[in-house]
Amino acid sequence: MAEQKVLAANGNTMVAEAYRQAEPDVVAAYPITPQTAIVEQFDKYVAEGLVHTEFVPVESEHSSMSACIGASTTGARVATATASQGLALMYEELHIAAGMRCPIVMANANRAISAPINIHGDHSDVMGARDAGWIIFFAETAQEAYDNTLVSFRVAEDKDVQLPVMTTMDGFITSHAMERCELMDDATVADFLGTRTAREPMVGGDHPVSQGMFASVGGAYFNLKQGESLAIDSVKPTIQRIGEEWAKICGRPFSLVDAFECEDADYIIVILGSSAGNARAVARELREQGVKAGVLRLKLYRPFPAAEVREGLKNAKAIAIMDRSDSFGAQYAPLGEDVRCALYPMDGHIPTRDYIYGLGGADVTLDLMRQVYSELQELAAGKLDQGKHYLGTNKAQ
Amino acid sequence: MQNMTEIRWHARAGQGAVTASKLVAETALLKGRYIQAMPEYGPERTGAPLRAFTRISDAPIEVHNNITDPDIVVVLDHTLLDLVDVLEGIKPDGTLIINSLLAPEEVRVKLNIPAGIKVATVDASGIAVKLIKRDIPNTPICGALAAVTGGIEIDALKEQLLGTFGKKFSQEIIDANLQCVDEAAKEVKVA
Repeated sequence: MAEQKVLAANGNTMVAEAYRQAEPDVVAAYPITPQTAIVEQFDKYVAEGLVHTEFVPVESEHSSMSACIGASTTGARVATATASQGLALMYEELHIAAGMRCPIVMANANRAISAPINIHGDHSDVMGARDAGWIIFFAETAQEAYDNTLVSFRVAEDKDVQLPVMTTMDGFITSHAMERCELMDDATVADFLGTRTAREPMVGGDHPVSQGMFASVGGAYFNLKQGESLAIDSVKPTIQRIGEEWAKICGRPFSLVDAFECEDADYIIVILGSSAGNARAVARELREQGVKAGVLRLKLYRPFPAAEVREGLKNAKAIAIMDRSDSFGAQYAPLGEDVRCALYPMDGHIPTRDYIYGLGGADVTLDLMRQVYSELQELAAGKLDQGKHYLGTNKAQ
Repeated sequence: MQNMTEIRWHARAGQGAVTASKLVAETALLKGRYIQAMPEYGPERTGAPLRAFTRISDAPIEVHNNITDPDIVVVLDHTLLDLVDVLEGIKPDGTLIINSLLAPEEVRVKLNIPAGIKVATVDASGIAVKLIKRDIPNTPICGALAAVTGGIEIDALKEQLLGTFGKKFSQEIIDANLQCVDEAAKEVKVA
């Protein structure tokens, strides 16, 4: 039976531990708040000889992702970590990593994007990368950041997937807050992860191949992009299978979406990341008062689990979609658009209201969650509009 | 979450409040409880006012916001009393623990604290200067917290302190900190 050690740790420590246990062949990374501790701690493991990883201390995130892509094409297990401006600086390479079908695991400690400068947690950085072709997970807790990271190695390297995976947690709120966590023993993790077997490595083996070549004529680019699209669209069953395999080992449940009391809920909040617990705490409180409240938290964001979202929301009378980022000039923020698109094929119309909350780490109090549920009751009664709203700012809407 | 205790720490950067917030959480974990400890990150300049938070519960903790209605407020620097409303949101039957030379009755009058709230004072800085030779009042105030609130056991606190500090400090420093816990637990005055 697998042995787990109970410890007090923050998200950064848990990701660094997951990386130690996964023992990538190559880690190329550049430190940036709030993920610096991942790189720092992992580098220490390398220095102490706890892992036999080639650690590449690069001069920027543009270089770290470039080095990761190069390493991944050789068949190596590869990981890195970043946040905010660092993720933004990788923009070019994010697309190349996915386009070249490079399994790379990257932790992102979700943080605001400048300007103005803000080091705290929101989802603006990840949302800028949502169309790059990466599989994207959002963790709610430090524990889940660990579990998602381990699952991500298996998913990325699976022969049917071969795609990069971004495993995110909220900056500071999850990356820096100490929580009770469980760490699996090294041997069990090693057994679960195995080693990477590259499908077609660029170097080594009998049939070296070229990747990322010129494809400007004859529709090759177009066809390959369709292949990339089909690839990410078809990974959900694999994620589910690997997640469940890990759940069986560690005893913590796995699902693509976490539907809390959604089955009979009249009022549901849809949310990503660390604030889901606050929504659940208020939903429990409301249930005690006879109000049927629910919370739908997406653990997987890309590919978007549309069917699971529809299933979770189908009985609701009013829905709040909560976004910790904005898409300026768009009709709704990213999650708002995704969820509305998921609902479109359904019969009937469920009134939906969009909330942008907690930008730049603004605290998400239980009172704000109470306000959202209270407004959902008004929305269901036809007394409120369905637009996009900033939650908790001092400007009147 | 009936059995959750929420502690808010007020201090100046450099006084060890972040370490204290984690030490208390880790002590509770040692006793099999669920915990959370986090500082509020801002500009990290020595001497700047800061807040940190500790949650302790018998059940898994699912909320992740700052603590607005603390059961316990710990103040590591009495000069903050003129700058910060340390009592903001404190529960009507809460506890306030201050590093101060004042008697608890004097603090009660100074801050106009209602009778339902327990007030405790201890000269944590004095104890730290005497035993550690530096004004880092965090381990003494943890000793006072354990003595006054009962939720944290002194022995467990010292065991955890040994575990946390053992990796970083000399035996002499560790011993001095352990003495700080005992002395503050003995010296703290409650009203």
